[in-house]
Amino acid sequence: MDWPRIRSDFPILDQQVNGFPLVYLDNAASSQKPRAVIQTLSHYYERDNANVHRALHELSNRATEAFEAARKKAAHFIGAASEDEIIFTRGTTEGINLVANTWGTQNVRAGDVILVTGMEHHSNLIPWQMLAQRTGATLKYIPVLDDGTLDSDAIENLLTEQVKLFAFVHISNSLGTINPAKELIAKAKALGAVTLLDGAQSAGHMPIDVRDLGCDFFVFSGHKMCGPTGIGVLYGRMALLEAMPPWHGGGEMILSVTMEGSTYKAPPQRFEAGTPDIAGVIGLGAAIDYLQAIGLENIQRHDHNLANYAMQRMSEVPGIRILGPQSGHRGALVAFHLDFAHPHDLVEFANSHGVAMRGGHHCTQPLMKRFKVPGTTRASFYFYNTIEEINSLVEVLLLARKFFT
Amino acid sequence: MLSDDLRDLYQQVILDHSRNPRNSGELPPPCLHAHGDNPSCGDEIDVWVRVGENGHIDDLKFTGQGCAISQASASMMTQKIKGKSKDEAAAVREDFRRVVMGDGAPANEDALGELILLEGVQKFPQRVKCAMLAWRALEQALEGK
Ligand SMILES: Cc1ncc(COP(=O)(O)O)c(C=O)c1O
Repeated sequence: MDWPRIRSDFPILDQQVNGFPLVYLDNAASSQKPRAVIQTLSHYYERDNANVHRALHELSNRATEAFEAARKKAAHFIGAASEDEIIFTRGTTEGINLVANTWGTQNVRAGDVILVTGMEHHSNLIPWQMLAQRTGATLKYIPVLDDGTLDSDAIENLLTEQVKLFAFVHISNSLGTINPAKELIAKAKALGAVTLLDGAQSAGHMPIDVRDLGCDFFVFSGHKMCGPTGIGVLYGRMALLEAMPPWHGGGEMILSVTMEGSTYKAPPQRFEAGTPDIAGVIGLGAAIDYLQAIGLENIQRHDHNLANYAMQRMSEVPGIRILGPQSGHRGALVAFHLDFAHPHDLVEFANSHGVAMRGGHHCTQPLMKRFKVPGTTRASFYFYNTIEEINSLVEVLLLARKFFT
Repeated sequence: MLSDDLRDLYQQVILDHSRNPRNSGELPPPCLHAHGDNPSCGDEIDVWVRVGENGHIDDLKFTGQGCAISQASASMMTQKIKGKSKDEAAAVREDFRRVVMGDGAPANEDALGELILLEGVQKFPQRVKCAMLAWRALEQALEGK
């Protein structure tokens, strides 16, 4: 793979920050966008912009065609059986809220168990807390072991027939743990639970096949995989989607409306009320094309090499504690704590050297408590990052040590 | 090659306070107490204050965890405020706020002493809340909120 050429597809990376070449290591929060995606967006606004599904004029036809083509691309991207199983949302968070407020409200009752893990992002936690409060169901957590993996003994005890829903993260944004999704989903399904996989950190980083994984719902965000912000996907198995009530009411989602009541369209339109983020959807389609042209296997391999190298080099820094799996079998991110600098100070110091990282609780407060750290600093990579950038990072960490001690 | 802004932000005196905080610990009751936190970054502070019969702050201590700026600011605050009346403390607090926010000249710069070293925070607007954390807690404790 010609990674340097691929890197040059990202205009934003070619700049100086505070007098240093930008080293962008905050990809788990949001990735950068290749020229192909940026140009698709401007082309859409310069040539094709119109509302979709409503008019018969040329621009509306073009917009509708590109919009529905993106739905097909998204279906293919995650191995869905049909593009009708692809619902466009604002992102992972909205997708999970949609499930909680439709399927959840319809199916979860007092006494039921909603099972999550101790490493969930707040977006795969708060909607279930709210649902549990509304319905009287109980929210239970699979504990996280010291090495950042799930406690498999506890899973045996917690995964019971009372579990109505098992929702968990595919790759943890704060630990880098890759959960054995297929195996966990199979166990849950055998007991009759519905499963939701949070793919915010796995989509765009590895090949995804929802039918092979066996999950009922899969959610991801476009902006973490080269797409625009404000657009994401909820995949749902058709049998479930068909039985679900709508969430938001409005235009686009109804079949017929009278003053007494209305009937609703079939999925996915039933769940897409109002004018959608048309440019976002088309931009997401361009991002999928771009990623597939590189190849998700290639991206996964490169991710893995970067993570491995980063683990090796970063362990050399005195006073570092790396959270999560100690091996290279992890997502492309390393979260760590330094005994000589608070994350806040370190991130400031790194920024003054052009290195962009994130410090804090990464929207996983219960996990920070579990590992007894107030927060961590996280370096997260994508395929355009380089070995040299990891060297720069390590150099900055060593400089910070001199500075703060 | 470090930027001057960063050197100003993390002067040796500030780093020394953050590493060896003065007046760290709790005061036994009876005393005033307040807890402050910055939810977005996880910084936390607890301030304990004893006000004497003459209305002066006889003693104050703090515990907490957070970045160098929030810890140094707390440490320097306890040194500066001890022995002051409530009104004097409020005046110092207001002057300190002006300095870290770059919001006009302090009324009495000399009274700030070492605290003036946190002036570098001006260039880092996101860090103002770190510098002010202990001071907000102090105000709450004194007002019994
Ligand atoms: C694991 C995980 N889940 C969910 C989310 C939420 O994604 P979004 O903010 O795009 O809805 C994130 C993003 O930070 C994440 O890392």
